[in-house]
Amino acid sequence: MLSTVRLKLDNITKEYPGCRANDGVSLEIKAGEIHALLGENGAGKSTLMKVIYGVVQPDSGTLQWNGKHLRVESPAHARQLGIGMVFQHFSLFETLTVAENIALGLPANMSRDRKQLDETIRDVSQRYGMDIDPRRYVNTLSTGEQQRVEIVRCLIQESTLLILDEPTSVLTPQEVDTLFTMLRQLAAEGCSIVFISHKLREVRELCHTATVLRQGKVTGRCEPAVVSIDDIARLMVGNDTPLQTRVDAAVPLGPLMHIRDLSYRTKDPFGTALKHIDFTLHAGEILGIAGVAGNGQDELLRALSGEVRTSAQSVVLDGVDIGERMPGQRRKMGLAVVPEERLGRGAVPELSLMHNTLLTAYHRDLLKGPWVRFGQVRALAQRICERFGVRSAGIDSQANSLSGGNLQKFILGREALQEPKVLVASHPTWGVDVGSAVAIHEALVSLRDQGAAVLLISEDLDELYQLCTRIGALCDGRLSPLAPTGQISIEQLGQWMAGEFESPGLGEDDHAAA
Amino acid sequence: MLQLERRPVASPAMQWASPVIALALTVITGFVIFSAMGRDPLSSLTYFFITPLSSAYGWAELGLKMAPLLLCAAGLTLCFRAKLWNIGAEGHFLMGALGASIAAVQLQEQTGLWVLPVVLLVGIVFGAFWAGLAAGLKNRFHANEILTTIMLNYIALNVVVYAVHGPLKDPFGFGFPQSIMFSNSALLPNLIPGTRLHIGWLFSLLAAVAAWVVLARSFIGFQLNVLGQDSRAAEFAGFKQRWLVWFAFLVAGAMAGLAGASEVTGPIGQLVPQVSANYGYTAIIVVFLGRMHPLGIIAASALLALTFLGGEMLQISMNMPKSITQLFQGLLLFYLLISDAFIHFRVRLKPAAPEPRQTSATLAPQES
Repeated sequence: MLSTVRLKLDNITKEYPGCRANDGVSLEIKAGEIHALLGENGAGKSTLMKVIYGVVQPDSGTLQWNGKHLRVESPAHARQLGIGMVFQHFSLFETLTVAENIALGLPANMSRDRKQLDETIRDVSQRYGMDIDPRRYVNTLSTGEQQRVEIVRCLIQESTLLILDEPTSVLTPQEVDTLFTMLRQLAAEGCSIVFISHKLREVRELCHTATVLRQGKVTGRCEPAVVSIDDIARLMVGNDTPLQTRVDAAVPLGPLMHIRDLSYRTKDPFGTALKHIDFTLHAGEILGIAGVAGNGQDELLRALSGEVRTSAQSVVLDGVDIGERMPGQRRKMGLAVVPEERLGRGAVPELSLMHNTLLTAYHRDLLKGPWVRFGQVRALAQRICERFGVRSAGIDSQANSLSGGNLQKFILGREALQEPKVLVASHPTWGVDVGSAVAIHEALVSLRDQGAAVLLISEDLDELYQLCTRIGALCDGRLSPLAPTGQISIEQLGQWMAGEFESPGLGEDDHAAA
Repeated sequence: MLQLERRPVASPAMQWASPVIALALTVITGFVIFSAMGRDPLSSLTYFFITPLSSAYGWAELGLKMAPLLLCAAGLTLCFRAKLWNIGAEGHFLMGALGASIAAVQLQEQTGLWVLPVVLLVGIVFGAFWAGLAAGLKNRFHANEILTTIMLNYIALNVVVYAVHGPLKDPFGFGFPQSIMFSNSALLPNLIPGTRLHIGWLFSLLAAVAAWVVLARSFIGFQLNVLGQDSRAAEFAGFKQRWLVWFAFLVAGAMAGLAGASEVTGPIGQLVPQVSANYGYTAIIVVFLGRMHPLGIIAASALLALTFLGGEMLQISMNMPKSITQLFQGLLLFYLLISDAFIHFRVRLKPAAPEPRQTSATLAPQES
C-alpha cells in the first residue's frame, strides 16, 4: 500500500503578474505518507496547494492522481476525487450546527438523511479520537474543535489526500498532540497528508518526508526525522540569512509599568472581555504573553496603547495613572506600540513611508506649530529604513508596496527610534520571512538592553522561549501567572493557554526580576 | 466575456484622465440629446460651451459663478478628504447669506469701511454655526452626517424663505419676498469695472490655496487624510477624531457661509429666496471632478460655472429650458463616477469557457 503513488506533480509553473509563484515544482506523495511542505511566506506553498485543490490552474505542468493524468477543475471536483483541504481560516458557518455545516458540502442524497449523517459524524469522529457532537452549534466550539469539524468533513467525503494549511498555528501544545495522534492514525490507514508549516520542530516530529520551497522553486527534499532543524532551515531561507538571534540573558531593572486589575468589555460581540489583568513590567525585560488567538490579546494591546480607555489606575506608567489617557499622550510619555495588523492600523496602506513615519512619531520634534517639518520627517524615515534594513523603492513608496517583513521592520523601527520606555508588540514576526524575523528579534533585544521594557504578545512559542525573560498566557481574557522562562515547561504553558490556572494575578512572580 | 478586474495598484493616470473622459462623454451625450430634441447639436453645443466665453464680460460672468462654487468646494474638500460626507454646503451657504443679510439690514444707515467686513463675518459665523450643528450631532450622537446635513439644508432654505416673507421683508417691496437693497458700504467692491465680477472671486481662489496649504503642509491636514484613508490607523496613532470633525465642518461651514455672504453682498445686493442656484450641491460635483485636490477644484469650478452660463445662453438664444444646466451637471457626475471605477478596476477580456490546456508531451495524443 505504501508504495503506490497517490499524487504526482510534474513541473508545475504558475505565474501571477509580477511574480512566478511556482517555478517547475515537482512533487510525489505516496499513499499513507505524511508529507511536509515547507517554506517561508511567499515561497509558493499556498499557490501549489491551490493548484492541487483546483482553485487555480497551472500555466504549465501536469498532475497525476492515482496514476491518471487529469486536470482538477474546481474545489468541488477535487473533493469528488478525494482531495480534502483544511484552510487556516475555517470555512464554517458559526450560526449552524456541526451537522448542518458538514451537510452543506455533501451531495444531496447524503445530506438529506440527517439521522444517518449524525450517526456517520459520530462514528468517524470517535474512530479518530475526536469527540464531536453533531448537534452542537459551531460558535460554541473551541478553535481546536472547529478544526476537527473541518477534518471530519473531509473524512466523511472519503478524502484520500488531506491538505492541512498551518493547522497548528491555532492550537495549544496539547491540542497539537491530539491532532498529531489522529493524523498518524489516518496515515496508517492509507490516507495521504500534506502538512504545510514553517514550524520545523513539528515537522520533524510528524512527517515522513518533506519538500522545501523557496521563491517558487523546490530547494530540497529530505526526511525531516533524520536531518537537523538547522539544515532544513537553511533550505528554506538560503545561505545568506542568519537563522536566529543570539539572546543574552536579560538584566531586569526596577518596575516601570503596572497593570492593576484591568477589566473591560468590548462592544464587539465577538471580542473577549479582559478580566482582572494584573502584572508588572520591569525595565530591561521582555515579558511574553502566549495564548491562542482571540483570547484577549488584541483587547490587552488596545487597553495599553490607549485606543481603549479604562479606569485611570488600571494602567500606571512611571508612577502616573494613564488608563484614561489618549494614545497620543501615552506616546509622549514613552509608550510605543506595534499592533498586529500592519496595514490598516500600524501603517496607512496608501500613504508613503515618509507619511507613515509621521503617523506615530509626530511628537518627536517633527512639527513646528501647526506645520509639518517635512525635512525632518524625511530624515527620520530615511534613518528608519537604513537602521532596520527596510528594503523598498525609497521612502516615497507606498506602505502597501512593501513585503510583510519589510513593512514590519519599518513599523518596529519607527517605534524603536522613538526611544520608548515601554514597547508593546503583538505578533511582530507573524507572516514575516526568517531574515526579517531575526532583525525584528534583534531590535526587541536591543531595546531591552537599552533599559526599555518590552511586552511581547505572540502565538509563536519558539519566539517567546527564545526572547522572553518571563512568560505568561492569556486565556479567555484572564492572565495566567507569570514565570521565568527557564522555569516553565512547554506543557505547563500549554495548560495555561488552555485556561488551567488559579485565579488571575495571584501567582505572579515578581521576584524573578528583583 | 468582459470582466472587471481589480488593478494591483490604483492607476494614477486614470485618476486624472477620468474627469476628461467624463467631460468628453458628457459632450457626446449632449450631442445626442440635442439631436433628439430636433435642434442643431453643433450650434447648441457651441452656445453651451463656447459662446458664453466669447467676450470679456462672459469671462467675468464665469468668475462670478465660479466664486461661490469654489468657496463651497474648498471647504468640502477638507471634509471629503477625511471621508466626512458633508452634503450641507447648500445649507451653510444659505445661512451665510441670511446672516450677512441680517447684518447688512441692521447696518443700513452705517457708512464706513468696517461695515462690509462685519457683514461678511456674520455670514461666516452663520455658515460655521450651521455646519457645527451637523458636527455636534455626529460627535455627540454618531448621527450620520449625510442625513443631518441634507435635512439641515431644507431647514436652512425654509428659514431663509421665512426671513424674506417676515422679519427681513422689504416693507416697500410691493409684497415681493425679498429684503431691502443693501447700502453701498455693505456691498463687495467690483474687481473689473463694467462687469459684475467682485472681489469674492479672490476670496475663493484664496480659499482653494489655503485648503491646499492645509492639506499638503499642516499636521491637521495630514490627520484629515489619515482619518479618511484609514480610520483605524488614525485611532491607533491617537488622532482626536472629534476634534478633526469639528475642524473640517466648521471650516467648510465658514467657507460656504462666506460664499453665501458674498453672493448677497455681491451681484444680488439683497436677500432673495433663490439666492443659491444650487451652488452648495454643485460644489460636490466640483470636488469630485477636481479629484479632491484644492488645485484641481479651481479648474473644476470653472467648468461647472460654465454649465450655468451655457444653460442661460441656451435659454436665451435657442429657447431651451434652463434645466439643461442641471442635465449637463448630472451627466458629468454620472460619467465621472463610472470612469472613476476604472481607477481601481480594469476591463479584461476573458474566454467564456477556457479550453483545457495540456502541455506535457507524454499525454493527450488526441490534442495537437
